Amino acid sequence: MEPKIGVYICHCGSNIAGIVDCSKVTEFARSLPNVAVARDYKYMCSDPGQNLIKEDIKKLGLNRVVVASCSPRMHEPTFRRACQDAGLNQYLFEMANIREQCSWVHLDKDMATEKAKALVSAAVHRVALHEPLETKEVAMNPCTLVIGGGVAGIQAALEIADSGHKVYLLEKEPSIGGHMAMFDKTFPTLDCAACILTPKMTSVGQNRNIELLAYSELVELSGYIGNFKAKIRKKARYINAVKCTGCGRCSELCPTSLPNEFDCGLGQRKAIYISSPYAVPNKAIIDAKNCRHIKGLADGKDICRLCQKGIEKKGMPGCEADAIDFNQKDEIIEIEIGNIIVATGFQQFDPAKIYQLGYGRLNNVVTGLEFERLTNASGPTGGKVLLKDGSEPKSIAILHCIGSRDTNYHKYCSRVCCMYSLKFAHLLREKLPEASVYQLYIDMRCAGSGYEEFYERLQEEGVNFIRGKAGEVTDLTETPEEKGKLMVMVEDTLVRRKRRLPVDMVILSCALEPRPDTEQLARILTLSRKADGFFLEKHPKLDPVATTTDGVYVVGCCQSPKDIPDTVAQASAAAARVLALISMGKVEIEAAIAFIDEEKCSGCKICLDLCPYKAISFDEAKKVSRVNEALCKGCGTCVAACPSGAIKGRHFTTEEIMAEIEGVLA
Amino acid sequence: MTFEPKIVGILCNWCSYTGADLAGTARKKYLPNVRIVRVMCSGRVEPTFILKAFEQGADGVLVCGCHPGDCHYQDGNKKTARRMPLLKKMLAQFGIEDERVRLEWVSASEGDRFAAIVNEMTEQVRKLGPFSGNGGAANG
Repeated sequence: MEPKIGVYICHCGSNIAGIVDCSKVTEFARSLPNVAVARDYKYMCSDPGQNLIKEDIKKLGLNRVVVASCSPRMHEPTFRRACQDAGLNQYLFEMANIREQCSWVHLDKDMATEKAKALVSAAVHRVALHEPLETKEVAMNPCTLVIGGGVAGIQAALEIADSGHKVYLLEKEPSIGGHMAMFDKTFPTLDCAACILTPKMTSVGQNRNIELLAYSELVELSGYIGNFKAKIRKKARYINAVKCTGCGRCSELCPTSLPNEFDCGLGQRKAIYISSPYAVPNKAIIDAKNCRHIKGLADGKDICRLCQKGIEKKGMPGCEADAIDFNQKDEIIEIEIGNIIVATGFQQFDPAKIYQLGYGRLNNVVTGLEFERLTNASGPTGGKVLLKDGSEPKSIAILHCIGSRDTNYHKYCSRVCCMYSLKFAHLLREKLPEASVYQLYIDMRCAGSGYEEFYERLQEEGVNFIRGKAGEVTDLTETPEEKGKLMVMVEDTLVRRKRRLPVDMVILSCALEPRPDTEQLARILTLSRKADGFFLEKHPKLDPVATTTDGVYVVGCCQSPKDIPDTVAQASAAAARVLALISMGKVEIEAAIAFIDEEKCSGCKICLDLCPYKAISFDEAKKVSRVNEALCKGCGTCVAACPSGAIKGRHFTTEEIMAEIEGVLA
Repeated sequence: MTFEPKIVGILCNWCSYTGADLAGTARKKYLPNVRIVRVMCSGRVEPTFILKAFEQGADGVLVCGCHPGDCHYQDGNKKTARRMPLLKKMLAQFGIEDERVRLEWVSASEGDRFAAIVNEMTEQVRKLGPFSGNGGAANG
């Protein structure tokens, strides 16, 4: 059948028409081969715009459609649907990107118009060769993998599990809870973090639909939306989790004390321990690197084992549940899931990188997270804000934007620091009413429900606000009054004066930054990352939880720094997306995949090694290669490499791409 | 009149094409000489595509893919990188100057980088002059 092409040029208001002369492009399109009709319209994506296409298909009998408008990443699905509605196979459509890649990036109107013509010509040449393709439907596995057991992962897991579907919740630490479990209060309502989070953590532990894989990591992923296979390493806890009752006796017996990670190293834990007072699962774990017995085993010695044996002299029996297993090994398990929600969170910026702030060198310079533990009733000081020497501070400076809004470290604003700094100030005023509290800020950013009101409240609570970024924290004092104090150097930009601020304690409100394993995880999941290192969402506004890998969603601080309300909202949004797919029960998979012409295949097997998905198998009887359509993702690497030209990359055939190149240069 | 080279840009869908879109969304301005053809993966780029472009009158060809390790299809870009030296050898035999063909890695977040590459390459090809198909001897 002769191609009969309709070409539609979109003005996109003035977005395109402001730079590209759309009527000239339309006129040009009419002159191209096989073009039956060419029109321009203000907004092609609007209903009337789409109706233009539908009516032309029906009335003029078009069998190919080209729309020149925005990026196909924006509206290709819209126009494909419009074609399909009018009875035209969706693959008989092609888009020319004359907005993102033309009108928005060029200033010279004539040259932009010429470029737009070339792009339209390319699309017209290409579409003439398009073939109708049928998409395939595959079953949707109703199980979901949630990676990360912080508040984001917990929320997503609970929402999906509560609808009756199975969730695997993967957490690399011994307990779920994430950063939020370490916090004392949450802004601006001052709810106790543990009070609102621990019920959710317990629900996760009790929910029959959630299989909690704590102390485990994702090592490999294969498959595609609806049908992923994940390999997970369950790291050895050296504890039989079924037998362990979480009584904690083993910790009392263990002679080895170490800094406690949950308290940011400010408190102590044993080599066999339960990671936090509200750990879920509430099971002990052995720190193999520091356990005397496990270290001894490497040298063939049987030492310690007090946790197992007990101390008879003192009348302290060892583990009565017989849960300790020094010979436990890492285990690799394989699970099958349909969707994946990534909720891996953030890490706190290390302020030791900014030498002049004294962190790690000077006593009583602490990070925000350390302060959370200091002020937390379950923390190392029982919630008393104390200096290293055990006394109460009389003056405290809270330094904003440490590592954020700083071209040397992170350009972005971490969004939560202003608010948590205000929260700290409030807690300090409450606990130490006599102490002076200073906030050293660049700008106060308090956007959120009840946030500005909280800021105003703090101004009334007698907190000193100094507009200026601290340049240095030092213990070099100049006067007897300053002796023993930490001196904070700051330029008060409101009164244009340099100040030396003597304080007892400095709290550094550190940036939220991507976790160091983000890159590795991005590779396993084939996700993209933004320039700042956080995971890239599919669309910043209209698709903020989906990613370029279908069936994989990103939520919470692994996508960008955000507060708890936004994190929870995003987690719920991703859960809703997953549930929608589960309720459909099936998913359409891309039809633009490889196909091998057995007549032409010489059986050289070059393609077999090239395929990253092992989607090509070799038929030994016929001596030809064959593509597994469910596994092929349509990258086209095999197509480019086949020396016999036997592999066809559907929708990206050599002929189609050649025609596009010809068209773009015509 | 200054010579305006025609350059064909063959970009992978996931990183580079998205990066080029980002340059647009951010209204980053660059020279209009590169016309983009989209492929799903830079690993799909056949050497003949590049020869075809020159045969059809292109003055340069820019191939962009994801950064090594970031390929949406695991390692298609590595295959592109491996094919490139062979292709360049062949181009030399066709009398196509080395600078007329470039392989660059542009991530989905590197709109600025894409714009800079386009500007740089346009100027580079402008200096070389039009591709004549006779080894560049006559420069047009």
